[in-house]
Amino acid sequence: MSLKLKALLKSPWVFHLSTGSCNNCDIEILDCLTPRFDIERFGMLLVGSIKHADVLLVTGSCNRMSVERLKVLYEQVPKPCLVVAIGTCAGSRGIFKDSYNCPVPLDKIIPVDVYIPGCPPKPEAMIAGVVKLIEKVGGSK
Amino acid sequence: MGKTIIPIGPYHPLQEEPEFFTLTVEGETVVDIDMRMGYNHRGIEKLSEMKTFENSTFVVERICGICSTSHPYAYTRAVEDIFPMEVSMRSKYIRTIIAEGERIHSHLLWLGLAGHFLGYNTVYMWAWKLREEILDVMEILSGNRNAYAMFKPGGVRRDINAEDIPISLKKIDSILPTLDMLKKAVLDDPVLHARLKGVGVMSYQEAIDFSALGPTSRASGVARDVRKDSPYGAYQEMEWDMIVTKNGDVFDKAVIRILEMFEAAKIMKYCLNNLPDGEIDAKIKDVPPGEGIGHIEAPRGETFHYVKSDGTNRPVRHKVRAPTFMNLPTYKATIKGQTISDATIILAAIDPCYCCTERIAVKDGKGRMLYNGQDLIRLSRSKTEKIRQRMGGR
Ligand code: SF4
Repeated sequence: MSLKLKALLKSPWVFHLSTGSCNNCDIEILDCLTPRFDIERFGMLLVGSIKHADVLLVTGSCNRMSVERLKVLYEQVPKPCLVVAIGTCAGSRGIFKDSYNCPVPLDKIIPVDVYIPGCPPKPEAMIAGVVKLIEKVGGSK
Repeated sequence: MGKTIIPIGPYHPLQEEPEFFTLTVEGETVVDIDMRMGYNHRGIEKLSEMKTFENSTFVVERICGICSTSHPYAYTRAVEDIFPMEVSMRSKYIRTIIAEGERIHSHLLWLGLAGHFLGYNTVYMWAWKLREEILDVMEILSGNRNAYAMFKPGGVRRDINAEDIPISLKKIDSILPTLDMLKKAVLDDPVLHARLKGVGVMSYQEAIDFSALGPTSRASGVARDVRKDSPYGAYQEMEWDMIVTKNGDVFDKAVIRILEMFEAAKIMKYCLNNLPDGEIDAKIKDVPPGEGIGHIEAPRGETFHYVKSDGTNRPVRHKVRAPTFMNLPTYKATIKGQTISDATIILAAIDPCYCCTERIAVKDGKGRMLYNGQDLIRLSRSKTEKIRQRMGGR
């Protein structure tokens, strides 16, 4: 494992990106930061700038407006960077699959490392997902 | 002094949803604001027309995660309005309980975020910690934390178990003292007074002119509340107060939301204590041709749904108007002349919900319609198809 990746896993800083979501997933992400779940204990921090991010949390069904912007934003993140698709929307577009405004699922636009299904996934599920991600990346090699 | 334009967004740390503002400033003072939306548009109205009346409830629930009760509630009322039918008293009570629970959690959420925008993170953490408790109550009652899926045309999908009621009541009672403490902490705080009083003022006349809704209008002295003006659900059954203040600044908007939480808790408790017996589902078979409207008071204001049926099992037209649609233009009144540092809290003060709002028609400067909904959908489909081809299929 590269040194960069190893350092990243110690305290993954997350950036949250909504690509046309219903807000629910986004709120549950914020919920993870507040006293009941408080993931900051584990060194995870929600950052305000994409240039500081190690992990992208993407929610929503990638509507047309966000397809191009997502690509641009992904280019701006310092690599290595891990991408977590949160919610059924980001995973497969779920109920919005037939919408005229949601062309392709997220994983056709940028590479995705972990999918967390649920509509919305509970904060527990998100934490479990991120832990799995860390195990997956840390365990390989 | 020259004018400067400050772009904010669309992906920015301030609010969770993508939206794009351009602030025109002269020095420190904001002189104009423009908004660009569409980052959240998902074509819900059209999707809903592809689903059956019952399934559409789930689509409208996903318009917005915070209003995941308001939209289904307004939608089911619109369907029930198409033909004469009676919803049982028990399901009305259950609907009211869920709607008021949502109001508490939504207002707490706003309070927390408002604190966050002010750099007062203690309030943020307190409010969200308290919000977890009310989400627990909702989980006990409905089985879900956020998207409750309780509504269906003709009634509710799930009954409330008798053994869950005492636990829920106890939980609601246990959060009231903390809520009271929070209320005192926010309302008596000299720092917040200094920061919020007289900021982003909207006058009574402006509230009327912009047709502001919900807490945004009630803070300016406009006593408008669907729950009082055209009662539905179980709201006539008990005593409760509509909170109205008259200063119209950000502080008053906070006051309204805080005091409304106590009223909501009162209504919830009354309903849980006096839940009548009976059926919970009117078992609608066919929806005859016709049109119906449904409107309810969501945490942010009046949510309005229109449904047209042609006698098949799907709506032929479904129109949604969310409260933020009316409240957003009030920025034009509230933000002018304020400083940039106050802009964030003024933008947040109407409790904007862009997911709810994103539906459009295109007009030119003289008000002529360039594209209506159907044209836009057609254009949109072909463009989506192009992107899809380029990205390698669905
Ligand atoms: S997965 Fe569900 S909760 Fe999450 S953004 Fe999509 S519709 Fe909303």
